Amino acid sequence: MAGSSVSVDLSQAMNTAPIALGDWLVVAPSLITILGGALCLMLRKNTDLQPKLGIGFLGLLVVANLALLIRVLDHGVITMVMGSWLPPFGIAFTVDTLGITLSLIGSIVAFCAGVFGAATVDSTGRRYGFYPFLLLLMTGVCGAFLTGDIFNLYVWFEVLLISSYGLLVLGNDRIQLDGAVKYGVLNLIGTNLFLIATGMLYGIFGTLNMADLALKVAALENPASGTLATVAALYFLAFAMKAAAFPVNFWLPASYHTPNVVVSAVFAGLLTKVGVYALIRIFVLILPASRGYMADVIALVAIATLLTGAIGALAQSEVRRLLGYVVIAGIGSMLAGVAVGSTLAISGAIFYAVHSIIVMTALYMAAGIMNMMGGSYDLRQLGGLYQKSAAFAAVFLVLGFAVSGLPPFSGFWPKVILVDAAFSDGRTWLGAAILVSGFLTTLAMGRVWIFAFWRGGPEGTTDGETVAISGETGTQLSGAAVWLPLGILTALVVYFGLQPEWMLELSTQGASGIVEPLGYLRSVFGGQV
Amino acid sequence: MRTIIFRTIAPYLSALMVLFSIFVLLRGHNEPGGGFIGGLIAASALAIFGIACGVASVRRAIVFHPMGVSGFGLFLSALAGLPSIFKAQAFMTSQWLEVHVFGVEVALSTPLFFDIGVYLVVVGAIGSIALALEEREAD
Repeated sequence: MAGSSVSVDLSQAMNTAPIALGDWLVVAPSLITILGGALCLMLRKNTDLQPKLGIGFLGLLVVANLALLIRVLDHGVITMVMGSWLPPFGIAFTVDTLGITLSLIGSIVAFCAGVFGAATVDSTGRRYGFYPFLLLLMTGVCGAFLTGDIFNLYVWFEVLLISSYGLLVLGNDRIQLDGAVKYGVLNLIGTNLFLIATGMLYGIFGTLNMADLALKVAALENPASGTLATVAALYFLAFAMKAAAFPVNFWLPASYHTPNVVVSAVFAGLLTKVGVYALIRIFVLILPASRGYMADVIALVAIATLLTGAIGALAQSEVRRLLGYVVIAGIGSMLAGVAVGSTLAISGAIFYAVHSIIVMTALYMAAGIMNMMGGSYDLRQLGGLYQKSAAFAAVFLVLGFAVSGLPPFSGFWPKVILVDAAFSDGRTWLGAAILVSGFLTTLAMGRVWIFAFWRGGPEGTTDGETVAISGETGTQLSGAAVWLPLGILTALVVYFGLQPEWMLELSTQGASGIVEPLGYLRSVFGGQV
Repeated sequence: MRTIIFRTIAPYLSALMVLFSIFVLLRGHNEPGGGFIGGLIAASALAIFGIACGVASVRRAIVFHPMGVSGFGLFLSALAGLPSIFKAQAFMTSQWLEVHVFGVEVALSTPLFFDIGVYLVVVGAIGSIALALEEREAD
């Protein structure tokens, strides 16, 4: 290599310009979580040290993501190509506002889950690697949000999936293995479709760099040709599976109620949203013509997802299963944004993704706390929680309003944007479906609140009567590790509801950055595009 | 499986395989081989030793838990991408250091450490699976 006698002009193949130290922030999220995960793995027998290390590295991850967001807002899109090879040959990390916003919110949620896990994951769970898996899951999640290469996106998907299998079976219950099989099989099929589609894309264009692909697809005479339509359909099916869109959504309610509740919280917050992110990235940035051509199909899938999610939630009496359906309804809202495809609609989808990441994690944590207080996840057995902690009842009501899209909480603004975008695009049915789904979700969440908090005791308790319930009261629960993460997430929900300008600006910038990707392309290829 | 011939030969065979795996690991940069295939060979050495002499003796022989080994490998691989930060180059840009030891030119490089990391990850992960399966069989 370096010692070879033939002199080679490396500037043809490699980037010889010095890299600013700040640009290293691009790889910081992946690097921090890999190093942290590896360290936790080596020290996994030391169950007291695990939470400290895990939470420490997750905190570091939040700081790194925040610094990267500030840098992206200052300097525009940042690209770093691994090993200094020139794009499109080197593997590029290209960080734009869309990617880093989701990465930051995801890392905040993971940090909260790390803290919550300190209270809910016992020492066996820690020894079997809760924190290493959580950190490596975040490697995959952040990597997927930040990468600028489709095959690399596939690799990050694999990383997060393998970590999620580990988290899912943590504890080895029979029901968990059952959930893991359903989850695993469907996700494997989805991943394979993703890989096949990527192989076909490489066969057509000879490149996997997203910016390069966007340029080459745009240069085609007939960008909606047969082969490319096949690729687009395969990608849509693959990511719809990951995102749990109708009709490939059954794995989610079948598996999300089986693991430890903090694991469900992380999954509900992050995993489906990575699927939606990949859908937005590929259909808006790389295959805009195919998106236009498939818009009706996407809209139909979105409507079906919105309605099945909300109706499914109404039919459930197990809180975690119910929340699983609420996750699905939210996915429908984001797909509606992709179906419309204007800058406004995509910004609505991004804002909704941010909202959904935060609120779904918070709701699953709240379900865990309901179980600690009332001793069950079943609405028929829960009751009287208002007496135990009025503050917790209020928090749950806030989260329930937010997830239904009622003002003044974080779910309201993205829904307004999405409905507005759908109506102005002439897709009345899509807008109506978002509204109906919001209404049904309100009923479902109201049902939970009435049964678990308002009713004096378990099913059969007459109105106005109060039954003493065993289980811990609010103040007996193990303090900060339980309440702090829920508090942080609820505060974010309220903040984004009352002060939406900041997130609106970020999501609009993220959306316009991929609808008109000149900044993205220039960041990868310099000024010549 | 525990015939006397196998039990006598297994330790020597395992030792040879580990040696061969290191050879494969080191020649891997420009020729066929490398960390992944080397790690597989070393993991099969552990598996053979485990079948012949019992899993407990393998665990004693490798001192660290296999998952700890693969954790260290991951750590090493990630660190191997870092040195280019001091030369203002991108992550994972390879750095080379030529050392002359007894007249032989030895190329120390970051890809080498990356490869060693991969080797350890594979030994740890596959070894862990193999030993767990063999343990189950012995029950």
